[in-house]
Amino acid sequence: MNEILQQYWQAYLWSDGYHLSGVAMTLWLLVASIAIGFVLALPLAVARVSENPLIRGPVWFYTYVFRGTPLYIQLLVFYTGIYSIESVRAQPLLDAFFREGINCTLLAFALNTCAYTVEIFAGAIRATPYGEIEAARAYGMSRFTLYRRIILPSALRRALPYYSNEVILMLHSTTLAFTATVPDILKVARDVNAATYASFEAFGIAAVLYAVLVFALVWLFRRCELRWLAFLKPQAH
Amino acid sequence: MYKLTVDELHKKYGQHEVLKGVSLKAKAGDVISIIGSSGSGKSTFLRCINFLEQPCAGGITLNGEAIRTAPDKQGALRVSDPKQLQQMRTKLAMVFQHFNLWGHMTVLENIIEAPMHVLGLSRDEAEARARKYLAKVGLPESVEGKYPSHMSGGQQQRVAIARALAMEPEVMLFDEPTSALDPELVGEVLKVMQTLAEEGRTMLVVTHEMGFAREVSNHVIFLHQGRVEEQGDPKRVLVSPQSERLAQFLSGNLK
Repeated sequence: MNEILQQYWQAYLWSDGYHLSGVAMTLWLLVASIAIGFVLALPLAVARVSENPLIRGPVWFYTYVFRGTPLYIQLLVFYTGIYSIESVRAQPLLDAFFREGINCTLLAFALNTCAYTVEIFAGAIRATPYGEIEAARAYGMSRFTLYRRIILPSALRRALPYYSNEVILMLHSTTLAFTATVPDILKVARDVNAATYASFEAFGIAAVLYAVLVFALVWLFRRCELRWLAFLKPQAH
Repeated sequence: MYKLTVDELHKKYGQHEVLKGVSLKAKAGDVISIIGSSGSGKSTFLRCINFLEQPCAGGITLNGEAIRTAPDKQGALRVSDPKQLQQMRTKLAMVFQHFNLWGHMTVLENIIEAPMHVLGLSRDEAEARARKYLAKVGLPESVEGKYPSHMSGGQQQRVAIARALAMEPEVMLFDEPTSALDPELVGEVLKVMQTLAEEGRTMLVVTHEMGFAREVSNHVIFLHQGRVEEQGDPKRVLVSPQSERLAQFLSGNLK
């Protein structure tokens, strides 16, 4: 155990000598995909609740495709599937993008978490108390101001507990990244296992690292909820 | 010169005609109570004035400026210029039956929200207004940081009135402001409204409080089945009603 730690602790935490690896890579996958997913999900969630079927429809289709298929399949399609298409390889830009496993992984992860996030946010937007929207209109707010000042701030706060769940599930999902040769925690653990045959230690260390990350996330979201969801809590005396 | 005139307002839900041509004229300082049994169209009438409901026909003029409308495909009136409507709404602050405070904002944030983000006031100006009107509705500064869900109904409604006042509106619209309150909380809200009336604010009040209609307002309109059945000086109309309907309504409302 000690030998494994001594020899591989750097690889488990941030570098295998050539690339980011281990915890640093897992966090990068998580933060990048969550950030892209969040930014895309905001406008898409507004579109998802649109009264116009031409706006609502495509977003509905997107979220159903990405929530209806396993992430693993999506990753394989983006990593090996798309690159096997002749015309993709013929395009220098596409070729450069899809050749890199990390790009394919981030794309698949971001689109996947975005689809779930859209549905979480759209649900929260739909659940905005109608009277609050009416009050905003009665006070002369434009549609844009209404969304920016009332509907989205209220909906995002109410969505927080569900969204934190999605982020934690996404952390667990990053373990699929080894498929595309991305050196995340699990990839390091597999390499250690292959080199030492000490399976219990190799994967045990990975499990502990994931657990620490999850507890950190849970703590972080707990803080956010205390701050932003105070309006839903019973009054503290 | 009238501050607000409403001309022959019609409103239909499908085949059901809720308003069959209701008119109203309010001079500066008028306090007009609109009474009637439920289903008489009094709330709908009030909500048509700031276009929370789309009327089917009729005209609304505020300070001599008529809101421009055109009929849409369903036969309802659609506002031609949304900017003009938003402008007009800032001058017609509304107080709702269920308060409709923004739940994720504190009391202070609720009151400064529209002055800052609709009227374009600075935070300092908006907060100064908020404190002034919080004091006016009789709430201590200590409530500023509270969330609406942590307050009583009466307090919430007074915050909602302060929110309306902070717009410094031309006309205030009250949509049954005491109907969702416990009986012992009704008084505190009515008292605030009486103060506002005495200051000479122009108010339209849809209400079931006959005491308020009689003592505070200077004009009362009785709606029945979408028409003005009777109107006039409350001291006369509410004491010796001419129409049988109003007499019936009042006898069921002995107060």
